[in-house]
This record gives sequence, structure tokens and C-alpha cells, in this order.
Amino acid sequence: MENFQVTRSDSELMSTLKIGGFLDAHTAPALEEAIQRLVDEGRYNIVIDFRELTYISSAGLGVFMGFIEEIRSKKGDIKMCSMSPKIYRVFDLLGFPTIYQIFEKYDEAAALFNPTAAPATDKSS
Amino acid sequence: MQKQKAEYRLRIPSQTDNLEIIRFFVGKVAHKVGFSEDDIGKIELAVDEACTNVMKHAYKEDITDKSLDVAVKIDYQKLTLVVTDHGKGFDPKKIRIPDMKEYLAELRVGGLGIYLMKTLMDEVDYDIKPGVRNQVRMVKYLINKKTSDILN
Repeated sequence: MENFQVTRSDSELMSTLKIGGFLDAHTAPALEEAIQRLVDEGRYNIVIDFRELTYISSAGLGVFMGFIEEIRSKKGDIKMCSMSPKIYRVFDLLGFPTIYQIFEKYDEAAALFNPTAAPATDKSS
Repeated sequence: MQKQKAEYRLRIPSQTDNLEIIRFFVGKVAHKVGFSEDDIGKIELAVDEACTNVMKHAYKEDITDKSLDVAVKIDYQKLTLVVTDHGKGFDPKKIRIPDMKEYLAELRVGGLGIYLMKTLMDEVDYDIKPGVRNQVRMVKYLINKKTSDILN
């Protein structure tokens, strides 16, 4: 799927998925698979880095909705960062910033999973 | 401001790998008419949601000719998107527009497409003839209606 890319990197405390390209009904299964793999491995602290993502439809948003309950029940979370204004608008339109923490910078999102780091400012509040 | 009337049509297999082509096609027409980048994004997302619904729900597995038509009609200040399929159809009265507050509280999956279409476009309506043809019609005004009323 050349029009969507997902790159994973792991650290001790969390995993990061960098996503790029188009996230629509065609490419959403690739993201679903990547998150499912993290869940299967018991890695519930997840940062999604949207920096390279240029488009999202409800099929893409649905992927996060499909996992969030399970991940939070395991004391993990999905934190999001680096959305373009266009992508953020779609999240905002649906009220998603009330259920997901969305940050401007990667470091701010990652700090939430790192108790020794300084507290971050939430873009949505 | 463009003063023109035109119609553009695309017939395409009802498969999700074509969503990108559909968005590109509709986006180019919207650009030509003079919509802002912001509005073009909304129009592309609305057509994607309508076509995704067709691709996921309109056709039974055993039907071989699964195609859909996307028409973009330009009528001066008004862009009309018409998505047509020949699948099984549905009862538009049964469509539930989710209450987003409830939706988010329950962390539900799916059903966001119709909410988005209604939010992104100025008008959305359906003409359903199951097995014959089903249409979703969506309108976006170049000058939005409220602004137009104020100006007048």
C-alpha cells in the first residue's frame, strides 16, 4: 500500500506509530493491523505521530475507536501528536479531542508515558 | 467568481482502492470552480464518506458488476455531488444521525460517515430505488447560504 505508511518504533515505556499518506477505508486495515500487533504484544502505551499524514476519513478515525476501550482497560492509552490543521479539523468536527489527548509536539505526547518528564500542555484544552 | 454550468461524470468499480481517484477527481472540479482549499477538503471528505458507504454496504457478494457513478454538477454558485449505485439500497428513514455526545461517551465504532456528510455539506438527501438505483445527493454553495443571505 504505497499511499499509506506506518512505521513502528519501540522504547522501554511505549511504542510509536508514525503514519503517513492517506488514511481511508482502503488503508485503514494496515493501521488496524499495526495497532492489533501492539495490543497482542501487550504494548498498551501508544503514541501516534501524524506528521506525515495528509488525509483522514471516518474509516481511519474508526480504527482508534475500535481499540481505545481495550487499551485503556489495560491502563494504557493512545496519545496523538503533530497533526496538520486539516487533519485536526476532522478530529475536532467529531469532538474527538474530548476523548483523545492531542499534542502539537511528539515530545509532549511521549512525556505522558514517561513519569520523570515535565508535564506537557494539551492542544485540545 | 465563476459564472458557469457544467457536469463531470466518473464511473468506477466499487472498490476502496479507487477512493483516492474519486477524491482527486472531485477535488479538481471543486478547485476549478473556485472553492477554497478548506472547502475542497470538506467536499473530498464528503464524497469519500458517501462512496465508502456504497463500497461497504451497497452490493451483495455475488454481484459481479459492482460500479458506482460520481457526478459533479456545477450550477453557478452551487456544486452538487451525486453518488449513484445499483445495489440493494436502504431505508433513508432508518438512518440515525449519531448524537456525538452520546457517541463519544460510548466509544462506538462506525456510523460517523453520515454525520460527517451532513456536517461538511450544505444539503444531503437520498433517492433510493433498491436494486434499480440509489442516489445520495449533496450540495455545497460556493458562497455559503448564510453569507449569501447577509450580502443580499
